Amino acid sequence: MSLLDVRGLTTEFRTEQGWRPAVSDVSFTLDPGEILGLVGESGCGKSTAAYSVMKLLGANARIAAGEAWLGGENLLAMDDNALRKLRGDRLSMIFQDPATALDPAITVGEQVMETVREHLGLDRRAARARALELFRQVGISDPERRLSAYPHQFSGGMAQRIALAIAISCNPEMLIADEPTTALDVTIQAQILRLIKTLLVTERRSAVLLITHDLGVVAQICDRVAVMYAGRIVEVGDVRSVFADPLHPYTRALLDALPTHEVARGALATIEGRVPGLTDRPSGCSFHPRCPHARPVCATELPPRVRPSPGREVSCVLHTADG
Amino acid sequence: MTADAVQTGRSIGLLRRTYRRSPPAIIGGGLLLVLAVAAVAAPWLTPYAPETMDFNAPLAGPSASHPFGTDNFGRDVLSRVLHGYRVSLAVAIGSVAMALVVAIPLGLVAGYYQRWLDNVIMRPMDVIMAFPAIVLVVAMAGFFGQGLVLMMLALAIVYVPIIVRVMRGAALGVAGELFVEGARARGASDLRIMVRHVLPNAITPVFVQASVLMGIAILLEAALSFIGLGVEPPTPSLGLMLAEGRSFMGRAPWLVIAPGLAIVLAVLGFNLLGNGLPALSGPRRGR
Repeated sequence: MSLLDVRGLTTEFRTEQGWRPAVSDVSFTLDPGEILGLVGESGCGKSTAAYSVMKLLGANARIAAGEAWLGGENLLAMDDNALRKLRGDRLSMIFQDPATALDPAITVGEQVMETVREHLGLDRRAARARALELFRQVGISDPERRLSAYPHQFSGGMAQRIALAIAISCNPEMLIADEPTTALDVTIQAQILRLIKTLLVTERRSAVLLITHDLGVVAQICDRVAVMYAGRIVEVGDVRSVFADPLHPYTRALLDALPTHEVARGALATIEGRVPGLTDRPSGCSFHPRCPHARPVCATELPPRVRPSPGREVSCVLHTADG
Repeated sequence: MTADAVQTGRSIGLLRRTYRRSPPAIIGGGLLLVLAVAAVAAPWLTPYAPETMDFNAPLAGPSASHPFGTDNFGRDVLSRVLHGYRVSLAVAIGSVAMALVVAIPLGLVAGYYQRWLDNVIMRPMDVIMAFPAIVLVVAMAGFFGQGLVLMMLALAIVYVPIIVRVMRGAALGVAGELFVEGARARGASDLRIMVRHVLPNAITPVFVQASVLMGIAILLEAALSFIGLGVEPPTPSLGLMLAEGRSFMGRAPWLVIAPGLAIVLAVLGFNLLGNGLPALSGPRRGR
């Protein structure tokens, strides 16, 4: 059975033209010990989808439909207080910019301790011991001294390690990682990704929902990948087969746009056009204006969701029986 | 070196570093400290009580025994200025402290929750702010009556909306920061986020405003006492001294110069301190 089962999630934002969906009918599952990559361009709704699961949305957003089952509980139907107790405990999160995700006015040690005291009910002493242990686990040298340092005294990579220490402090069943390496150097990126894999998957059998726009990151650590475009998941599958044989034209275009060593001197491949905004989503398949294989039906009807092979799913007319 | 000497050395080092980071804070704070100590130690600094009259020496000019001269009743002006500071500083600190106690929670809640709570809190504040401060204070002095505590209360009512606005604005900015989202993602409650994460990051402008308002409180106290709505004679008050000394300005200018200068110094001290505070809270943010 899946750890997390998201079904038909639709999240809307308030715009000048009324409520518009940023995420439409998104469904995915996540198994224990699995890393699912949620990829797409900026504004495709990948972060919104993930934040919706934890109900961490601003006042200008609302969840219009859907369920998110964690064990036997629907997170989206939970009251705020019950959900608050889950956050940081069974569900945790790390963010893109670790430097701003930590409170600048409080020592990092206090921030780690705050979380374990809240959820595990530890006293100060035990919380401090736990914080030291966590700092060691995420590879921070001289943890005794580092506990009493402020966030600005750390580099981006170190700050992300601390954020990760907080995220794993209560042994979560699931981690949402929102572009965790985007703000970091490439060498540090690899370290952080490896750490996520070791700490969450290998040591805890936890699931990771990794939000990224970087297919390289997906290739490095994800087991499966879900590709989003304009608020919808257009393709899902295990990383190996999606990369080897992308079914959706958008996925193919994304992969073609990856720079390779052979064409290092030529112009980079791009996808014509731009991502539609919240208020100018095309009818039918959102990708049809940019799709090289578009047919008349694409402009009028939502593409059906088809399963061409076990574990793969794609929303495109090209793969229907009469496609 | 003894432990005490080490401690002293450390304190001096800290003072020097603080001065380097923010000269106005140290100069203003130092000035206020001197004035406050002088006000508290007034009985030991001058041999005369502020109300003791000496009819043998009315309107005496500055001399060794009366550095600021005497007034028309032969009272020592220095002694009266120092005792006047007691009233001024008490009003300044008391009124702002009262206002802070009420305004910080209100501003914090308004800025953090926004939407309807924001409106419920801020609209009444706008109403109070619509009146000019001096008009409001005069009206309240008439309503509450005169006296030290009542004057503090009147000023506090004028100050609450000013501080609420500053607190709300700062809290609004901090509430949008990623680390607040981060705290929420770790399961922190709203109360905890407000008190532990938003407040410490948003309090600096409130302290700056508080310092400036203390300076203004000294001016308002003087103004109220000057027009006879403040402290009642014979309690020495800087504003009262100005009012009384006015009639003898030609013959004995020290009667107005001394309290005037005293007001200037205190207000300057508060303003310098207010100017210097942000520089001191900067480095912890690291950006």
